[in-house]
Amino acid sequence: MCLAIPGKIVSIDKEKEYATVDYGDGTKRKANVSLVDVKIGDYILVHAGFAIQVLDEKEANETLDLFREMLSSEEET
Amino acid sequence: MFSLRDKNLANEIVSKIKKLDVNLKFMHVCGTHQDTLVKNGLDVLLKKCGVKIGQGPGCPVCVTTPMEIEEMLLFAQNGKTVSTFGDMVNVPGETHSLQNMKTEGCDVRTVYGIEDAVSIARNSKDKDVVFMAIGFETTAPTTASVLLKNSPSNFSVLSCHRIIPPALKAILDMGELKIDGFIEPGHVSTIIGVKPYEFISKEYNVPQVIAGFEPIDLLMAVWMLVHQITRGEASVENEYVRVVKEDGNIKAQKAMDDVFELADVKWRGFPVIPKSGLKLKDKFEGYDARKKYEDELQELRNREFKEPPGCLCGDVLRGLISSKECPLFGNKCTPNTPVGPCMVSIEGSCNIEYRYTNY
Ligand code: SF4
Repeated sequence: MCLAIPGKIVSIDKEKEYATVDYGDGTKRKANVSLVDVKIGDYILVHAGFAIQVLDEKEANETLDLFREMLSSEEET
Repeated sequence: MFSLRDKNLANEIVSKIKKLDVNLKFMHVCGTHQDTLVKNGLDVLLKKCGVKIGQGPGCPVCVTTPMEIEEMLLFAQNGKTVSTFGDMVNVPGETHSLQNMKTEGCDVRTVYGIEDAVSIARNSKDKDVVFMAIGFETTAPTTASVLLKNSPSNFSVLSCHRIIPPALKAILDMGELKIDGFIEPGHVSTIIGVKPYEFISKEYNVPQVIAGFEPIDLLMAVWMLVHQITRGEASVENEYVRVVKEDGNIKAQKAMDDVFELADVKWRGFPVIPKSGLKLKDKFEGYDARKKYEDELQELRNREFKEPPGCLCGDVLRGLISSKECPLFGNKCTPNTPVGPCMVSIEGSCNIEYRYTNY
């Protein structure tokens, strides 16, 4: 139920209500984007047909580094 | 892009936890967390490191009450078109499930989201269409968003939405088990952010970590909890920073505030939990199935509907027992012959346990 799937926005309709989302595996579907502020190219999380958040690509790429840093900083303390 | 399957890092986290030589019990409230834990054997692995993790009331289908199911069954029986999310239709009521009613000719539709239910209403103007809206803060904004637009007048919502923080408080207040830390659900937190959990750490001195859904996310969350405990701290940390923002999704929160107000509601296995449910504000009473069909529902109002005989879903949802400790697990109760909702829903811990542990 609370599952949400990431996808990339390839187009947005004029009213900014729906976007076409590419899920990377060849499937493209429409999602309601009225709960988020998005632009073409953004990665979003989609739940029950609605985008619920825009993903932060920079944070995503840095996640593992952040974890390593946290784990090693504990050793110093 | 979001692959977090670094084996070395996983091993490193596990060995660090093991070294600390702890004996702790954590609870999470999310079917997807349980799926990741059991599928990857992390629950077993962490137990060997002194950390037991169990699923609490974190499965929207499972915490739905027998009364709410009977409300939907009655609507179906009375000739309405009823719609809801996948697993919900298979949850047994006292004598029937929605799926049984469908085979008997009632109009029961499974939808992927509320917008599909609105389309059904638009395309069949002569029918009353009721959507059973289940789900936590992740899903409630989708219901709100639809009601804020002009939905057709033959459409209504049976709101069974619930919110997570009051349930955490209820678990602690009931005091049936000692919980050393909570792993908080990533996608609920995507909407509500960090703040709504803070009172739990302050008032109950229980650490919390908001976590994502990859194996590394959960291991990291466990390590962060253990680390807080060894330092004698209790606060809310966010492991899932790549998705969960400090303030959450403000647009979604606003939509929820516009449409819903808090209500005291029962959860399966729990008594009434104060301010834990979302009911439609008066402004939206035209779309509120409980108001619109109040007379029809009257016949249920003085009745009590019990949990299925022998089913221990209540104990499972309160974290008192693991699914395997239910005597019906794997014999009388299986995914093909589910007795309770925890075996029906793919997010229920009984269903997850059955699927991944070869019964
Ligand atoms: S195994 Fe079946 S009967 Fe037992 S608690 Fe789980 S769902 Fe209920």
